[in-house]
Amino acid sequence: MMRRMLWFALLAWGMILCGPAAGRAAGTPPVGGQLPDFTLGVPKDAAEKTYLGLSGSGAFKIPQIRAKTVIVEIFSMYCPYCQKESPNVNRVYEKIEADPALRGKIKLLGIGVGNSAFEVGVFRKRYSIPFPLFPDGDFVLHKLLGEVRTPYFIGVKIRPDGSHQVVHSRLGAFESVEKFLDEIVKASDLK
Amino acid sequence: MKKRLLIISCLVGAVLLIMPEVRSAFALSDAYKDNIYNPGILKPVDSALKAKVGRKAPDFALKAVSGGKVSLAQYRGKKNVAISFVPAAWTPVCSDQWPGYNIVKEMFDAHDAILLGITVDNLPTLFSWTNQMGKLWFPVLSDFWPHGAVAKKYGVLRSDGVTERALFVIDKKGIIRYIDVHDINQRPSLEILMGELEKLKRGK
Repeated sequence: MMRRMLWFALLAWGMILCGPAAGRAAGTPPVGGQLPDFTLGVPKDAAEKTYLGLSGSGAFKIPQIRAKTVIVEIFSMYCPYCQKESPNVNRVYEKIEADPALRGKIKLLGIGVGNSAFEVGVFRKRYSIPFPLFPDGDFVLHKLLGEVRTPYFIGVKIRPDGSHQVVHSRLGAFESVEKFLDEIVKASDLK
Repeated sequence: MKKRLLIISCLVGAVLLIMPEVRSAFALSDAYKDNIYNPGILKPVDSALKAKVGRKAPDFALKAVSGGKVSLAQYRGKKNVAISFVPAAWTPVCSDQWPGYNIVKEMFDAHDAILLGITVDNLPTLFSWTNQMGKLWFPVLSDFWPHGAVAKKYGVLRSDGVTERALFVIDKKGIIRYIDVHDINQRPSLEILMGELEKLKRGK
């Protein structure tokens, strides 16, 4: 009886540890695949809310953003490359906003992994980030996104029916702002 | 005996279940490429604190990566001092701490404070490591020889010869006003440190 209980306990732990609820790192979102299932808090800032095409409060999923493609930057305030790359990411945003063919179609957001709201705020202010940034203080999203090094960029194409697909997934600084944006545009069939 | 095995199995399972939560308490910058050595999860605190809030901070003079020596006494009457001990160069959480402080010089300035970063690594190692972080505005000091002597004075030298991940806030009179010997596996939050500096500013 005791031996059976022991085996049962070991088996149960095995199932818990290997199961989807184990909270272990998932893989990096692959091109052609989907984002893991997670939500972000609807921003309080009215301009950010308008930019993302969201209303109300509570949580939202990235495919709910009013856009054809969303670029997600995984960053950290503590990451030297993210700091260095910030002006380039801001330029991507500015180029999109300045191009009538892209404005409103491609939206940008950042997820500060291991960063509190305060730390994300420091990064926003220090680098004058014009797009919404979200904290991931407990590394929950970082884990879901495959514990990628930072900065990491994910392009997500959103279809009219609300379904989505990862069309871009890359680690590290851009070779050039133009090339990066061009890759996103092509992968999203926007031009 | 079997009951004991059952209990052990449950305990091991519980530990394993908690571990993944702790394991990923850092996000590596691509700045370091594949050059970070991950020591795994360590005992959160492994030393006996000697310094105490309200007491005079032990003085020291250590070699700085930028050249020369930096002493605690040189800031007496001039600046509040925040000391950040981090365990070791080229490890995950440490590589993920000072670059954040590097972009908030204005916050330290606003609180009339200097930051001193200290590890027990030698100068060449600290030079190479901190070069990956960009140009740091604050002194980085080596407590390498006699090994960990300053960390020992403060009571933050661990049994394996590295330091705790610890923060000390010292006022202009040289009195310790705040100590955080943090869980070595996790980075302390910036807002708490800034809150403590704010208290000094408000004379609390």
